[in-house]
Amino acid sequence: MSGVRQSRIAETFDRLRSRREIGIFPYLTVGFPERESTLQLVPALVEGGAAAIELGIPFSDPLADGVTVQRASQIALGNGVTVRFCLETAASLRRSGVDVPLVFMGYFNPLLQFGLERFVSACAEIGVDGLIIPDLPPIESDELAAICHQYGRDLIFMVAPTSTDAHLQAVARQASGFVYCVSLTGVTGARDRLDAGVGAFLARVRRHIDLPLTLGFGIARPEHVQEAASVADAVAVGSALLERISQATPDRQVEAARSFIEWLRSPLLSSAG
Amino acid sequence: MTLETSTRPTSQLPDERGRFGQFGGIYAPVTLLPAIEELIEAYNEARQDPAFQAEFERLLRHYVGRPTPLYHAAKLSREVGGAQIYLKREDLAHTGAHKINNAVGQGLLAKRMGKPRVIAETGAGQHGVATATVCAMLGLECVVYMGELDIQRQSLNVFRMKLLGAEVKAVTSGSRTLKDAMNEAIRDWVTNVRTTYYLIGSVAGMHPYPMMVRDFQSVIGRETRQQALELCGRLPDAIVACVGGGSNAMGIFYPFLEDSEVELHGAEAAGEGIETGRHAASLTAGRVGVLHGSRSYVLQDDDGQILEAHSISAGLDYPGVGPEHSYLKEIGRATYHPITDREALEAFQLLCRTEGIIPALEPAHAVALAVRLAAERSPDDIIVVNLSGRGDKDMHTVAQALGVTL
Repeated sequence: MSGVRQSRIAETFDRLRSRREIGIFPYLTVGFPERESTLQLVPALVEGGAAAIELGIPFSDPLADGVTVQRASQIALGNGVTVRFCLETAASLRRSGVDVPLVFMGYFNPLLQFGLERFVSACAEIGVDGLIIPDLPPIESDELAAICHQYGRDLIFMVAPTSTDAHLQAVARQASGFVYCVSLTGVTGARDRLDAGVGAFLARVRRHIDLPLTLGFGIARPEHVQEAASVADAVAVGSALLERISQATPDRQVEAARSFIEWLRSPLLSSAG
Repeated sequence: MTLETSTRPTSQLPDERGRFGQFGGIYAPVTLLPAIEELIEAYNEARQDPAFQAEFERLLRHYVGRPTPLYHAAKLSREVGGAQIYLKREDLAHTGAHKINNAVGQGLLAKRMGKPRVIAETGAGQHGVATATVCAMLGLECVVYMGELDIQRQSLNVFRMKLLGAEVKAVTSGSRTLKDAMNEAIRDWVTNVRTTYYLIGSVAGMHPYPMMVRDFQSVIGRETRQQALELCGRLPDAIVACVGGGSNAMGIFYPFLEDSEVELHGAEAAGEGIETGRHAASLTAGRVGVLHGSRSYVLQDDDGQILEAHSISAGLDYPGVGPEHSYLKEIGRATYHPITDREALEAFQLLCRTEGIIPALEPAHAVALAVRLAAERSPDDIIVVNLSGRGDKDMHTVAQALGVTL
């Protein structure tokens, strides 16, 4: 690279690759379980070893999500979380020194109402690095992709086991940052084991896409992370983390979040050491 | 907002991407995209296949009981003292509402596509009953998602669905009504997409549903056109239909879209009144947004969160509306009017008393609007109301609203 600073997302994957390490990308619904919780939880996740953070913008009708994220979204909305509050939370995290990539994950309508350019320009100003929109497939994303490009933000595309080669090729042409690979045909939520077809699916994705791959949906245990390490560059962990936080008493939630990431990483640390 | 009218004639929409001007589209999770493409292809083949069309028409005639009559409500017209009101009697179709037309069409398509399992969402239960009926007839497994609140309001239809062999799954998330049932059906589809056909009951959702459901329902308008020419020697001056998601309205509007002399009027549920915030009038009081896979008018707060709708009629209790209606509103081809619970109840009783016809609460909204429009017009004018369903399912609700204990 010349003098221009590489994006945080690209830097993070370069570092992970040089260490031959899989990244853990935890997902947190902003304003869950309490309105201000995110400000304490994110630094704890980073301390536990998170390589990047996905910040969930709550929506009333999250149709790609299972019960855990649905419930967290309802609680966050009950706490008065808005798109503006999510941006303010991200800005506070940056001010407090959080330097890992921050990626917003949210449904399209709240962003559309906020104003797409207004939202993306705020992300650029704050230092939010990318966006994942589960109900915005490539065919509908031209306008937002152009805005993200203009402001130097990554619009992260998703692919699924059902995606055809033509879909993968379309994503390869449009994607930047990384590609989010949905591990299963279904909604988000912790599962006991990884889908048996994950290896073959990611191998197929690799044939079409050069970007780093993040595997998400259903990841809940260290064994899943270890299994994913041979095929993916990172894993996204959402529902299992939210459940862990919900189960802890309020004074133990921050510690529960930190230790959960350490637990997920434990087999990687022992094999690296 | 830019006015993005299409260069195509209105009846030739949507375009290949499922757009009616700026409305419609495919805002769906990526897992579903291959299934949506497969559906678009299968439907395009089926609609050009004479054998498929012949089977659809055979079932509409011999199973559904079509054509349904176009009836001159002479006594109602005299009482109102204005235009002549005609009723398109979809209430006389098998299962008691227009929903069966679309269920037969999509049921045949599911069978043709080799999908053994059918899922559906339902509000009032009419679409659930229609889907369960068609699945029983075609030998398909049927799962119906229904909001817990609607299950309480429409227990009779829940029992009917179970008798017909369907599994009714209660939806306890969100507002526990139609919008949440649709979320849950989409989640099921995402999970079981390889074996499952999602049979959407309205002209809502992602492409190709708004187009496909309209096409299957447009038999209502084609018959109305022919019957009006036979009975009156000319086309009607105005057509009136209720609009929740909007399938009965699109079904009767569509064959008249290019007849600019025929006014098209939609009756939206104004619930307790637009000003109270307790209503379901997306076109009157909503803003453009994205819900359930398409861009259309949506009831939402300033932050883009979807609001709970309210109507005495469970079938209109939906915060969105089909994208083609948004387009017809935007280009001025159709006009949409809010009708309150109270106005619908008055029209309900008026039709019972004057014509001996007990309508469903949904088309009672259309009757109320037709009465209002008719009163201002000459007795030579002809207004057709799509009487989209019968009222048996609503007896408990109406009795309660009138303060009667059954």
